[in-house]
Amino acid sequence: MKILVCISHVPDTTSKINFTDEDSSFDTNGVQFIINPNDEFGLTRAIWMQQQQGAEVTVVTVGDNSCESTLRKCLAIGANKALRIDLKPSDGFEVAQELANICKKENYDIIIAGRESIDYNGAMVPGMLAALLDYNFITNCIELTVDGDDAKASREIDGGIETVSCKLPIVIGAQKGLVEEKDLIIPNMRGIMQARQKPLEVVQAIKGTIRSSIIKFEKPSPKGAVKLVSADDIDQLIDLLHNEAKVI
Amino acid sequence: MAIVIYAESENGKIKKIAFELASYGRALADKMGIPLIAVTFNQEENDLLGSHGVEKVIKISDESLNDFNAKQYAKNIATVAKDNQAKMVVLSASANAKYLAPILAVGLSAGYASNVVALPESFHPLRVKRSCFTNKAFNISNLDNEVNIIGLSSNSYGIKEDPKSLEVIEKDSVPVNSTLKVEKVEKVTGKVTIAEADIVVSGGRGLKGPENWHLIEDLADTLGAATACSKPVSDMGWRPHGEHVGQTGKPVASNLYIAVGVSGAIQHLAGINSSKVKVVINNDPEAPFFKAADYGIVGDAFEVVPNLINKLKAFKEQ
Repeated sequence: MKILVCISHVPDTTSKINFTDEDSSFDTNGVQFIINPNDEFGLTRAIWMQQQQGAEVTVVTVGDNSCESTLRKCLAIGANKALRIDLKPSDGFEVAQELANICKKENYDIIIAGRESIDYNGAMVPGMLAALLDYNFITNCIELTVDGDDAKASREIDGGIETVSCKLPIVIGAQKGLVEEKDLIIPNMRGIMQARQKPLEVVQAIKGTIRSSIIKFEKPSPKGAVKLVSADDIDQLIDLLHNEAKVI
Repeated sequence: MAIVIYAESENGKIKKIAFELASYGRALADKMGIPLIAVTFNQEENDLLGSHGVEKVIKISDESLNDFNAKQYAKNIATVAKDNQAKMVVLSASANAKYLAPILAVGLSAGYASNVVALPESFHPLRVKRSCFTNKAFNISNLDNEVNIIGLSSNSYGIKEDPKSLEVIEKDSVPVNSTLKVEKVEKVTGKVTIAEADIVVSGGRGLKGPENWHLIEDLADTLGAATACSKPVSDMGWRPHGEHVGQTGKPVASNLYIAVGVSGAIQHLAGINSSKVKVVINNDPEAPFFKAADYGIVGDAFEVVPNLINKLKAFKEQ
């Protein structure tokens, strides 16, 4: 069984978000980068399948060489090998085309990508990849079991959970629940040492079609100070919500 | 040419989010001088769409559409879009719409922007504002394509009535090859979901344990709100994952967000930043949430919340 886990290299969840070049690009100055959390849940699930079912796990990212530290971390967590598609992508569709190109050559049985990245929040790469490959696709996935050619998965829907079955190959949009936060693998020294010896291959990009481009970034306008209401004066809160905010 | 929206329905009723899509689609259609078409699946009663600006409903009915299948739904929406030379397709931010959107984008060779928060800034080229960095920022994007898909963020445009004479056209479903089968759907009935809610009431560690969640549920019931929770609360298993809001959980874009005993970690605040009015109830005046909130009460949740519920009930009866 061959698994591909698609990784985004994203700013740490506690990062302050700033922009540079007249607000046209993200300011990476002083920002720590991490594995996109949704991807990390997927990677952990893939490592379990490696340990329990002998799957081979490849990680891939589309990005410049600054992303290699993140790929090395994935190798330290336990991935067998890493690919970096050498391209600074413009949009999600461009990423999906690069990934599809790799998948067509390698015929992975399971492709896992976070349901969305926490930086651009496009939530489009896994679905577009599935559509380009014409593979089954399950997103917001919180449970996955694979037995031979058969997959069973659950996904979070609005107000509930849906369970589906299908044949491999599949593309999974991963999120928390696929594994729990406490299950995430923290690389140990042995893993980190081994990761240095594992293959990290740089692949030339095909440079496909771009369908959207970012013109500029904006930050939300600063918020006014909180209006404090005394705990003994709930009527005032109700009055403010009704007459001032007009939300009840 | 046309604007096409996918009007979602459930249990024979058009969902509320569909009316927001219709209102938004109406504005696009007026600006571009083209008709607004809604696609519905297995939905008998479509008149209310006509009250919100829709001129034509394409009603697709088939047994195979009883279960949601993203590929099949996307294929059918794509067929309607192609038949009517749609310039734009507008989708909601529901789990199902976000599921099918990228498949539809590939099927239509369309550009796609999710989390769009306003009407386009321009049409040639199409320029939209969307939220990114989990609501910590916005980006303005150009989508210079023949067809574009807009994923509209919930509660970002509002619902506007605009009665039109409605034409309903029945259409057969276009089948797809798929081995994907829905085995089971477990759904809490009669509860407002976070994606659709006008008001969300959220609880954090300050509630001390799952046994105290009746406070959150009662407050939510009183307001007709959805319930949510902070990340530690879902990690500790006090509440299901589906209720976790924040950077790695669900985003919330409600009109009113009430946080009880939630300290306000940066990841949580990011997830709820799109909510319009935020109220915090916390006994710690130093809790970061007070910096992000519009209204705040420093006080013990176990005293404030029951009091608030009683006063709200009295207010509702007025």
